[in-house]
Amino acid sequence: MTTTRLAPSTAATAPARRKRPNRAVSARHATRWWVPWAFAAPGMILFIVVVGYPLLRSLQISFYQWAVLPTDASTFVGFDNYTRALGDAEFWTSMANAGIYLILTVPLTLILGLFFAVLLNAKMPARTVFRVLFYIPVVTSWVVVSLLFKFLFVTDGGAVNWAITDLLPLTSEPVPWLEQRGTGLVAVAALGIWKSLGWCLVVFLAALGGVGEEQYEAASLDGANAWQQFLNVTLPGIRGTFLFVLVLQVIGAFNVFASVLLMTNGGPAGSTEVPLTYMYKQAFSFLDFGYASAMSFILAIIIVVISILQFKFFREKN
Amino acid sequence: MTTLTQSEPSRSTSAPGEHGPNRRQIKPLTVLRFFLVLVGACVMVLPFLMMVSTSLEPNTATLPTPPHIFPLNFTTENYSEALGSSNFGLYFLNSLYVAVLTTFFVVLISSLTAFAFARFDFRFKNVLFGLLLAGLMIPGIVLIVPQFVLAKTLGMTDSLNGLVFFYTAGQIAFTTFLLRGFFERVPKELDEAMTVDGTTVFTRFIRLYLPLARPALATAAVFAFLGAWDEFVWALTVISDADKRTLPLGIAAFQGEHGSAWGLVFAGSTLAVIPVIIVYVAGQKHLISGITAGAVK
Repeated sequence: MTTTRLAPSTAATAPARRKRPNRAVSARHATRWWVPWAFAAPGMILFIVVVGYPLLRSLQISFYQWAVLPTDASTFVGFDNYTRALGDAEFWTSMANAGIYLILTVPLTLILGLFFAVLLNAKMPARTVFRVLFYIPVVTSWVVVSLLFKFLFVTDGGAVNWAITDLLPLTSEPVPWLEQRGTGLVAVAALGIWKSLGWCLVVFLAALGGVGEEQYEAASLDGANAWQQFLNVTLPGIRGTFLFVLVLQVIGAFNVFASVLLMTNGGPAGSTEVPLTYMYKQAFSFLDFGYASAMSFILAIIIVVISILQFKFFREKN
Repeated sequence: MTTLTQSEPSRSTSAPGEHGPNRRQIKPLTVLRFFLVLVGACVMVLPFLMMVSTSLEPNTATLPTPPHIFPLNFTTENYSEALGSSNFGLYFLNSLYVAVLTTFFVVLISSLTAFAFARFDFRFKNVLFGLLLAGLMIPGIVLIVPQFVLAKTLGMTDSLNGLVFFYTAGQIAFTTFLLRGFFERVPKELDEAMTVDGTTVFTRFIRLYLPLARPALATAAVFAFLGAWDEFVWALTVISDADKRTLPLGIAAFQGEHGSAWGLVFAGSTLAVIPVIIVYVAGQKHLISGITAGAVK
């Protein structure tokens, strides 16, 4: 609204001048100083109490050997919890697992999401139905889909093992999917891809709708084939959305939790633990709140740094 | 986002002539495209079919091979047991209570807050809004330890109302962000016309802004309901009383105790999925507009 007033053309300034007396009226009636505060207060208070304050509190807890019982005294230990995490092999295993999960899930989810979005972008029968079907895993509880995939990956008689031994004879022995590190992470990653594919698809689909038809027509006039059109028109056209999806998927990969907890529970022997399951167990199985808080801050810092790097990388290439 | 402005309207005028012949050539490609999407959709849906089919068959010691997509030995015994002795009926009601109340409070409180940010200038406005945006980016799990300490202090563990309180607070940032954008697009002229009539801000909020924002409120409600209905980690952390379990918590606990009773596990899971499908299909359009609101710009 301020820009219309600053605009140099007379066409823009005329309506702005007409508005001004009205705005004065509205100011006189509406802006007693406490009115906006009264509107904002319930939400802001709730937000500050439940999100803002705990964030600071978490930082404080991370510097203490925190006593869970309010009657006990907590001891200030400085950066001990942080140095302990940096030297904790199990913490680094969990970070490495998050990295493996990221590599297994993010590229495939983005590629498949974009692939199906491009397919669904053109007119076809039952388009809305397909979009709904792809999105159903996204809105389903992590508990339901995790148990569902645990069921699919059961060693004896699970659907996946049936498919790779009987349907396509790839192996003769059933694979103990959830009982070893590598295959356990693959199973969890399969769920990750399946569950977030629909979200990527819907976001990409909306972005594709914003790429002008005339650009495709111009490209085809220049003799570009479908693949060249995809590279030269589609991809540049959705660059911003692609970055957004990528960053959120990477953050999501570091935040993988319920699926690991319910499918492998970090086992066998902690080999499929991810940062959040490890942190959660330190907090609520061993009641080591200080250590868990320190780990959550290290994780948050890593996530922020990686997000910034992705933005930088893509901005420079732009 | 910036690239969207690069369209060249001058060229588009020469295009329509090319359109007709192109269309006809594409036909076999359309069939292939349809087929590929169909395969993808089947992969999305098959696990759910197996879930429902397993819930409608008797529990057996070994899983049937090949896996059933449709129930061959149809029975509803899992459902009667799930609703009866396994307490899934109670968990369902707990979940419904929590999700409905959360939806109500999220929409109510967020619309007030969003209105303040959309239509007023006040001190610290940008700081406060920045705080909300930062809250969107903090992964919830980082806060789980201090939030648990807070819940203990407030006496809100083992309580369904406690769940409502924390779920509501957790969703406010997102919903406020969503609704603010919508309130900002309400034409100022309408507001000013009512101001001249001497109505109060609150009347304008109720009579002008809320009715106009109905689609956005529906979006917010769908997100709030699904978020609360599906939530697991926080409930796992604060609920230990078995009678206070929500459905996801109940299902997970049941699977932990009776690992291979898949028929029962999936009867509970199907109960959990049905309201999601109803809300999702009914609010589909609103949900999509909410997802894409932040992404595409």
